[in-house]
Order: sequence, then structure tokens, then C-alpha cells
Amino acid sequence: MEYPDNLRYTKTHEWVLLENDGIVTVGITDYAQDALGDVVFVELPDVGEQVDAGEGIAAVESVKTASDIYAPVSGEIVEVNIDLNDQPELLNTEPYGGGWIFRIKPDNPADVEKLLEAPAYQEFAESQ
Amino acid sequence: MDYTPHTPQDLQAMLERVGARSLLELFEDVPAEIRDPELRLDPPLSEAELMRHLRELAAQNGSAVASFLGGGIRSHYVPAVVPALAARAEFLTAYTPYQPEASQGLLQAIFEYQTMISELTGLPVANASMYDGSSALAEGVLLALRESGRMKVALSQGVHPEYRRVVQTYADAVGAEVVTLPLVEGKTVPRLPEGVGAVVGQNPNFLGTVENLAPLAEAAHAAGAQFVAVVDPVSLAVLKAPGAYGADVAVGEGQPLGNAMAYGGPHFGFMAVRAELVRQLPGRLVSETTDADGKRGYILTLQAREQYIRRAKAKSNITTNAQLTALMGAVYLAALGPQGLREVAVRSVATAHALAERLAAIPGVKMVTPAPFFNEFVLELPKPAEEVRRALAERGIHAASPVPAEYGPKAHGPARPEGNLTHLALFACTEQHTEADLERLEAALREVLA
Amino acid sequence: MIADKPEVTVESALIFEKSVPGRRGVLPPKAPEVDLGALLGAENLRPEPPRLPEVDELTLVRHYTNLSRRQIGIDVTFYPLGSCTMKYNPKVHEAAVQLFADLHPYQDPSTAQGALRLMYELQRDLGEITGMDAVTLQPAAGAHGELTGIMVIRAYHASRGEAEQRRVVLVPDSAHGSNPATASMAGYQVKEIPSGPDGEVNLEALQAELGPHVAAIMLTNPNTLGLFERRILEIAKAAHAVGAQLYYDGANLNAVMGMARPGDMGFDVVHLNLHKTFTVPHGGGGPGSGPVGVKAHLAPFLPVPQVVRQGEGYALEYDRPQSIGQVKSFFGNFGALVRSYAYIKMLGAEGIKKSAALSVLNANYLKELLKGEGFRIPYDRTCMHEFVAQPPEGIRTLDVAKGLLEMGYHPPTVYFPLIVKEALMVEPTETESKETLEAFARVMGEVIRKDKEWLEGAPYTTPVRRLDEVQANRRPKLRWGE
Repeated sequence: MEYPDNLRYTKTHEWVLLENDGIVTVGITDYAQDALGDVVFVELPDVGEQVDAGEGIAAVESVKTASDIYAPVSGEIVEVNIDLNDQPELLNTEPYGGGWIFRIKPDNPADVEKLLEAPAYQEFAESQ
Repeated sequence: MDYTPHTPQDLQAMLERVGARSLLELFEDVPAEIRDPELRLDPPLSEAELMRHLRELAAQNGSAVASFLGGGIRSHYVPAVVPALAARAEFLTAYTPYQPEASQGLLQAIFEYQTMISELTGLPVANASMYDGSSALAEGVLLALRESGRMKVALSQGVHPEYRRVVQTYADAVGAEVVTLPLVEGKTVPRLPEGVGAVVGQNPNFLGTVENLAPLAEAAHAAGAQFVAVVDPVSLAVLKAPGAYGADVAVGEGQPLGNAMAYGGPHFGFMAVRAELVRQLPGRLVSETTDADGKRGYILTLQAREQYIRRAKAKSNITTNAQLTALMGAVYLAALGPQGLREVAVRSVATAHALAERLAAIPGVKMVTPAPFFNEFVLELPKPAEEVRRALAERGIHAASPVPAEYGPKAHGPARPEGNLTHLALFACTEQHTEADLERLEAALREVLA
Repeated sequence: MIADKPEVTVESALIFEKSVPGRRGVLPPKAPEVDLGALLGAENLRPEPPRLPEVDELTLVRHYTNLSRRQIGIDVTFYPLGSCTMKYNPKVHEAAVQLFADLHPYQDPSTAQGALRLMYELQRDLGEITGMDAVTLQPAAGAHGELTGIMVIRAYHASRGEAEQRRVVLVPDSAHGSNPATASMAGYQVKEIPSGPDGEVNLEALQAELGPHVAAIMLTNPNTLGLFERRILEIAKAAHAVGAQLYYDGANLNAVMGMARPGDMGFDVVHLNLHKTFTVPHGGGGPGSGPVGVKAHLAPFLPVPQVVRQGEGYALEYDRPQSIGQVKSFFGNFGALVRSYAYIKMLGAEGIKKSAALSVLNANYLKELLKGEGFRIPYDRTCMHEFVAQPPEGIRTLDVAKGLLEMGYHPPTVYFPLIVKEALMVEPTETESKETLEAFARVMGEVIRKDKEWLEGAPYTTPVRRLDEVQANRRPKLRWGE
């Protein structure tokens, strides 16, 4: 199970990367994809949508379950990963790479700092 | 009588094993004040007594030599092979095919059914069935609203009035607004309200007129709405498929396909959509796939849309559907084939036209349904329809069901102030009707109206 | 065609793959030669006929007969599917339905008096069995009844000017998925109440969520663990104290039919699944029937039409100004109503009570047998008509289910309720004999003693083996020929 150090995490198993352009990229963690099993569909948010931190804005389906994906920070959706429409399995094979889900322009980039760091998330995930 | 196999010895041994002295003791968790109440029901019957009682009840229903009633439910012939196959105990007594290894029979039959509905409607994806035509429409409207993100529905007045009432009930529940698009001379006026998300037309419409719904579909799309078509499955043997005139969703009542009229149910509703809407579909869907040995097989799919996984976020709460009656529909379609279904449609149409001609020639009777019409039509009678229906029934013919007053002169033709709103009556023909049946109805109606 | 697809045996070929152009099955009466373009408008005609199968009648008969042999139902084997009440469906019911096959819903009510009387008596009998004052027979299925019941509750609150205020429906976390789905379909917010350690509704947690914002509480009793909610009278009192309505999901009524009436428990609304409790065959997933019973204060809001007495006869009453409207065209799934009517008339009060009691005895007996075979029972006390078991540690429920299929049994409901890990929900029903239960328990024991490799590969000799669900979900193929 990987928990890259350069990312921040939420207790709802999203990872968050604050990029140099001030935009935040979001996906689900290795732990989350493993728990879900084979992902078969990703319901993406709409570009341009204004979202609040903690709001369910996307969903990931495996064969027998469906889980909501929550916005880790408030802001505007600026991009979604349309590759997932044809290749939802990217969430399983490259959770921290090609399996990213959406990008948010945060209202307040400092919000990212409030999220969990890798060791804290790892401890949380492994206690589940 | 009941259907429990327990002998007194069984009872004793089983109670002993579970550590109870009596059956009543098993109910000790039920508060004493409400446990084992008195129940006022009729005394139990044996099977023979039951059948005798039911025959007596059935005898209280009037029998008829011919039924010309319509409204989407009609006396099409049900070939013997249809109930014979659907009544196979393995189909009849199975639950939903959640365990595919033990349910390939039903799953394959559903996959074939989905294909047949897709062929009839000209839309690529059909679900495994809905309860009936009216609830299929209500769900189709909710689907269209979800897809468009809007809360306004425009229903053609040509849509079956009972279906419209059902849509209204569902719309009230979610707080959606329903607007009626009037019929003028048998055609829907495509003037859409602002912010409409779902537009619905019916073909043939409730008056029986074959309506070209393409302009309504175009108007819907121009307004950013989804277009839902209500269609008669028999008509689709010869009429343009809704997919061909821009329907995003097609729904309808499956009764004419091999199901007895059964006082209104159970029948089945069908629903088909364009490919992009597949994840918005309510209800079950079967997909082809392969098994561990690479063999072709069938399985329920996209279940994450459904209530038992998605709970409060499901696309619909539908669970039980109408699998067995939809199976009867599939057997019927396969039994008739494209040519047989066409012959049923053509004969129904031709007979309806012949009947309309006969009846409209009776003094005081006026044809109300504008041409072209399919196999149902509305007449204005010189007496109240209610009265005529009863008088015909007394003569062994079921026909002339009253048509709601809203279908008065404005809806069907140039303003005719003399139109009497309680005098509108619906007639329908099927391939079963013979020349002699038409003669008999004509003679009876002449007598009743004289 | 078949030869091109080596993996397709003739037996499993699709009806479309057996189609031969020009071959005919059932021939309808001769159709006259007509100019369809002239009658219907050339622009309205379809250019090509739909590609329906073209087969002779014997091919059709063999096709569906062979499909049925790749399918199991109650008539084939024991089918202990929890929450589904797979009891025997008496054959006499199928004969009974035929007596009413030719009635049209729009025929003059004077010519349908027998049918209307049947409906009237069924409304009354179902009201008596559930302890309710009025019943509608219109909903077509359990979930449809739920929706109807919740709409009735909303209309009631609206009539008191409380529609805006009451926006929340409470459901326990053990509830059937249709409960939250229904509440949200009816525009309500859904709030889940955690179950207590005894598997019952946690009264304190419920109290904490109750208030003037709550429209209804939806409960199943016995609940999905098969346990009777012992504090039901207190729950009802608490709900009514804040003006909320108590909704009874009738999926589990079989346990208490005639032995404890939802109306007496304090419920305001109940829906029934005639295809469960009142033995309408499930038909591979439907059609069913979902009548709704209500207490008198909710009766004005039931759907139209109601069947009423009128003089010496019976009539359909539409003039009910406070009604929620119609939820289905016509009067309900009448064929299902005939079967349940026949069932109630044959059993009478005594047979109904006895059937419920024996469903409970069978469940408790099987629970003891399975415990003896090594299964775990997470809530081990006297259960009602069903119970939840778990396989021994280290064995997956999915594998137990697939192993059972290999042994010729339909498995119990798996992975439900969600609050028990690796759940097997077992409902034997009253129509199964002691020997059947014993044979099933032995096979269950055999299955969990199989080696891991066998279990994970099962089933082996069923028409197909485990299917690729991931493929079916990622790239669904939903029709032939595309």
C-alpha cells in the first residue's frame, strides 16, 4: 500500500496534490481503490461547478458498491479526467497518476495545509 | 387448508430442538397486549370449495361475445404457446436472478427481451421491464428531469389521461411542475414553456390519431429538454420507431403483446433509451459476459444504480418489476415474428377503419378522431357514453368506454359548439374481430341509439 | 451462424441465432391487403420491419423449455432467500386467475361485479390482518407501495400545513435499501439511525433524531436481522409524540401475519408484498403487488379509485378530493390480487396464524441446525421467520453461496443486512419440511468443510460458472447484434 509523502489526504480517502499553478488535483488513495475492488465507473463532476469542502461531488462504482467522492477543499472544478469514462480501471492501476479524478481551484489554497499528511493518513487507514 | 407439511411428531421434535414448549412461546418478544389477536376472516375453504366460490364470483362478471374496449389494453389474441411457456415452473417460481449460475434461463430470456424492445423502439438500450405503461412513463419523466437538471414537465394532451395522472402524482412527490400541451385537431401544439426538462408525446395518441412527433421532439431538444415518447408496441410493427424521430426515451404498455387483459394487470411496462442515458435508467439490466471457462453467459449489470446498493441515492426505488409478463411479451414477439406482428397490426388497423366507417354512418354519430388513425378511435354519440356502454354490455358487447370531457371539440377538430362532453366514447379493434363482430356491434349500437 | 461461435452450444444459442428469414411461428388471422401509406400517412411508416426472431413454433417451444432448464425456482429446489419469503405458490391460484383473464378495466362496472367484490373483500381482509382501517390495492409492487405510503404521509402533513416543516424520514441502518430510496424519491432527506448492540432500533439514538422536522420513521418488524423490535410500542409513542408517522415495511410480515398486527403495534401505514407473504409467484422478479393499508386519519389520502359498496353491489369511487391521485393506471395488479384472495380464503384465520408460527419454528430449527454445523449466529436469540448467520472465520460468504449452487440449492441472501459482515440471511418459510431443512443444513456444513480451492472455484457443473462481472459493468453488452 503506497502513501506518497508529497500528497495530503482526507479521512474519506481522497488524496490531494497542490500543484505549482495553485490548482489542486484530487484522486482516491491506494487504500481506497483496494477496498473498493475493480472500479467499473466514475461519475465525474461538472467543470465550472462551485463546490464546498466535504460535499459529495463525484462517485466511484465497483461491481457491488458505490462510494461518494468528497471535495477536500472548497473551490471551483476546473478540470475532470475524461479518460476515466473509457478506462475506469485507471483508479485501480494508477491511483496516484492516470487515475486522478478532478482538479479544483481552491478558494483558499491554505485549506490544503489543514488536510492529513501521509503518516497520519497511513495510521488512520490501517486502523480501519 | 394450508400448505405446511409438519406432522405432530415433527412439531414436537422441532420445538424440543429449539427449546420451546409451544409455538406461541416463539412469539414472546411480541408485547403480550398485542400478541395473537382475534382475526375476523371467513372460515377456511378446501381447494374444491375455493374454486366453486371463485367460479360463482366470476359468474357475477358479465360475459361478452366481443370486446371493443381500448385505451392501451385490448383483446388481442394470446397464442396458447405464450402462457404454456411462461408458466414453466422454473420461470414462474424463481426470484430475481441474483445468482447468475442458477439463473441463465431467465437472464438470457431478459437479454433477448431487451433486444426485442430495442428493435421495436429503435433505441439501443432497454431495461428488463417496469410495472406498466403508466409507471414506466412516470419513471421516464423522472429520468428526463435528472438528465436535464430541471423540474418542469410538458405532457401532450394526447398522452393517456390515466398516465398523465400518474405522472402528476410522481411529479408532486418531487415538487416538479406539470404543464399540459393541448391537442388541436388531433395534434400536439409544440409550444413549450420556459425551463422545461421533459417533454412527452404519445403515438398513436389517446384519440387514436397517428401523430408525427418529430416536431415535438425537435422543439424539446431546442429547449434543452429530453423527449419521451409513449408508444403502442403493436403499432411499432409498421409505424416509425421513436428512436427514428428523436426520442431520448421510449416507454409503453406491454399488454397487447401476449398478456391477458386481466382487469388491468399485471402486464408490463417497457422502457428504452439512447445509449448515453444508460446510467440514468431505473430497473434491472442484463449484460452478456463470459464465465470462468470463457463460455458466454448473462448477468445483471450496472447494479450500482439500484436501491439495494445505492439506497437513498438510487435512480429509482424499483425492485420487483414485471419479469414474467415481460417474458410473455418476448415469447409473443418471437412466436409472431416481424411478419406476424405486422399482420396483427395491419388487420387491427383495417378492421378499425371498417368499424369507424360503419358506426359513423349511424344517424347522430360523429367521428371525432382526426385522420390518420391507428386501431383506436373516438366517436361522439347522441347519448351519454356511460349509458351506451351499459346498454351494449347488456347486448353482450363491451365497447364505448367514456372519454374524458377534456377531449371535447377543441382537442379533436374545428370548434363545434354543439359537441356534448359526456357523449365521447372510445372504440378499439384487434386482429380478433371479424366482419360478423362488426355487424353485431353496429346493429346493437343502432338499437341502443334508436 | 452457430458454427461461427464455437463457445455457443445449440442449447444456449439466442433465439435470434436460431432465426431463419421467412420462417413463421404463430399465424394471426389473415390480414387484408391495404394501402398502409394511405391509411396511416406514408411519412409515419417505418422503412424496415423490426428485426424480431423468425422461428417455427417447435423451435420456440424448445428454446424456452431449454432456457427454463437452465433456471431454478421454488418448484425445483429449496430457496431460502432471506427477506424474500420464497414459500410454495399453490397451483390452484394459477387456475383461479384464468377465471378473470378476459375482463377489461374499462368495461361497465355492472359487468365486473365479481371482480369488484373480490377486491372489496381483499381490501377488508388485508385491513383485518394488518390492523388497518383502509387499504388500497393499486400499487404494483412493494417499493411502489412504499412510495404510495410515503406520498400519503406527505399529503397528510400538507393537509395540516406541515409539509414544509417535515423534511426528514428516519430509517434504521439495517433497513431494506428500498426504504431510503423511496424516501428520497418522494423528495425527503433520509437520516439513518444506528442499530443498538441487540440488533434492534436504538431508542436513545432515535429519540435524539426525533422532532417536529420528522415526517416519518420507516421500520421493518421483524427487522432484517429477523428480530422482533421489542420496544415497538415505545417507538410508536415517541414518533407520535412529535407528530411523525410510523411506516411499516411489510417485507417481513410473514413472521407475524395474524400473530401481531402492525396496526396494533402503532404503525400508521403498512405496505404488503403480496408476492412474499400472500404467495403470488415471484415470476423471476415480478410482477408483484404492493397494497397499502392506513389508519383512518390517512384514509382520505389513498389513491383513487377505491372499491366501495354501493347499494347491493360494488363500485369504483374516484371522487376523493384529498387523494394523492393515481400511482398506476387502472386498479392494481388484479391477477396478483386473485391469488392472494384465494390464499386468504383457503387458510382462514387459523391457517394464517399457523403458517406464521411454522415459518418462525422452521427458522429457529434451521438456526439451531446451522449452529451445529459450525456457522456463527451474530444475534443469537429466538428469531422470527428468518435469521442472519456467518460462515466460520476465514470463509467468504460468496464462496459458500457458490458452493451451495454446485450442490443444487439456491443460496440464502448474501451480504445483507449491511450491518453484519459476511452475512447470510436465511428464510426457510413454513412450507418446507423438517427433512428439507435437515438436508440443507448438512449440505451447508459440507460446503464449509470443503477445501479452499474447491470453494473458490465453485460452481463447476452449473450451466455457466462464475461470470465476469467486471467486464459486464465496464463494457456492458445489453442487446444482441450490436
